[in-house]
Amino acid sequence: METAQKNKGIGKSDEPMLTEPFSIRRIRKETFDTFSLELESDRSGGTFAFSPGQFNMLYVYGIGEVPISISSDPTGKKAFVHTTRAVGKVTKAMWKLKVGDTLGIRGPYGNGWPVEKAVNNDIVIVAGGIGLAPLRPVIYHVLANRDKYGKVVLLYGARTPEDILFWKELKKWRSRFDMEIHITVDRATGKWRGNVGVVTNLIHRSPFDPHHCITMICGPEVMMRFTILELQKRGISDESIYVSMERNMKCGIGLCGHCQLGSSFVCKDGPVYNYGQFKEVFGRREM
Amino acid sequence: MENLERILTEHPFLEGLDKRHIQLLVGCASNVVFKTGDFIFREGEPADAFYFIRHGRVLIETYVPQKGSIIIRSREEGEILGWSWLVPPYRWHFDARAVKLTRAIALDGKCLREKCREDHDLGYEVMKRFALIIAERLEATRLQLMDVYGNSTKE
Repeated sequence: METAQKNKGIGKSDEPMLTEPFSIRRIRKETFDTFSLELESDRSGGTFAFSPGQFNMLYVYGIGEVPISISSDPTGKKAFVHTTRAVGKVTKAMWKLKVGDTLGIRGPYGNGWPVEKAVNNDIVIVAGGIGLAPLRPVIYHVLANRDKYGKVVLLYGARTPEDILFWKELKKWRSRFDMEIHITVDRATGKWRGNVGVVTNLIHRSPFDPHHCITMICGPEVMMRFTILELQKRGISDESIYVSMERNMKCGIGLCGHCQLGSSFVCKDGPVYNYGQFKEVFGRREM
Repeated sequence: MENLERILTEHPFLEGLDKRHIQLLVGCASNVVFKTGDFIFREGEPADAFYFIRHGRVLIETYVPQKGSIIIRSREEGEILGWSWLVPPYRWHFDARAVKLTRAIALDGKCLREKCREDHDLGYEVMKRFALIIAERLEATRLQLMDVYGNSTKE
């Protein structure tokens, strides 16, 4: 895992639970139930730095707080983006917000994807559903530093063609010719001409060197489990596989214990874990 | 024929197969081409072949009244299309439609069944390879049925 970029972050260090107000600068509807919020600080200027894979705690005033990964370009922009699905009380309330409304933010928290460790290697990114959002900053980073990496492969699985996130960018990235993108959906109807089947089907035909590659996986745990099995069949070592775990994070700073996973706290020690170091815990039902 | 033998020998599906057995397969093989929109087979028709896809993309689909065509799976370059030729009553369970210009090598199922009956070693090798394909598709189907990308996030 990468050490999170040293960053002053949002919120005062002596008051770690205190949020800072951020205004919604733009709202983008990604799919019928998924949206992105572009946020900008209400305070002074300056930039917001984070490492790909980190998350913020977002507070909808009077409703509650949720951890959401940052899905925008990590290269020190003034604003940043969170992409989420409207599924619970807080995210459904967030869905109803408008441009100019304010959210409380603290973060960034957690470690990041191993983008530095991946230098001089092929990179295989496997995303399932909304799991593409926490991996998008990795793609921005890698493409901005393209000459440092070998082959870059994105394998993305979604439920249906209508559930595919970031269409415009996927098309743009595909047109670069220095990145392989394979998309598949679990089911489709008449007009779809692309791949149909689970994302694990894409692994066996992907062009990467299994002995010199770093794999980053984000999606539902069951999808990650089967993805790991396919990667192992291709000869990728467990130490080259990184997964992003999702647990019930509350405080974001490793105090409350809600997100304890084995001997670690996902909010502080994760959410990215090296599978080689983590496999005894990964997939255990009692965890 | 020499070209077909080379292609089949190099195909990962037939890796490790004796030259003698490859030559038996070549006797049942032919090159085929499907234009975009062509149906390679239709549900209920006799399943008399399987295909090594060399280029293109094929969608496997079924028709559901009131819903239209539902696409179940896609097959691409390097993959095998069809195993109903192996199992009685030798009828296709789904439609297969080319959505790009698709080139493939077709193996005549009836011819191959006959050769497998005559040469049980060949029969074992073919069954062993198709068992892997059937197991992989069963696993993939189970994953699709799980609908893993459905709403799961807690708050």
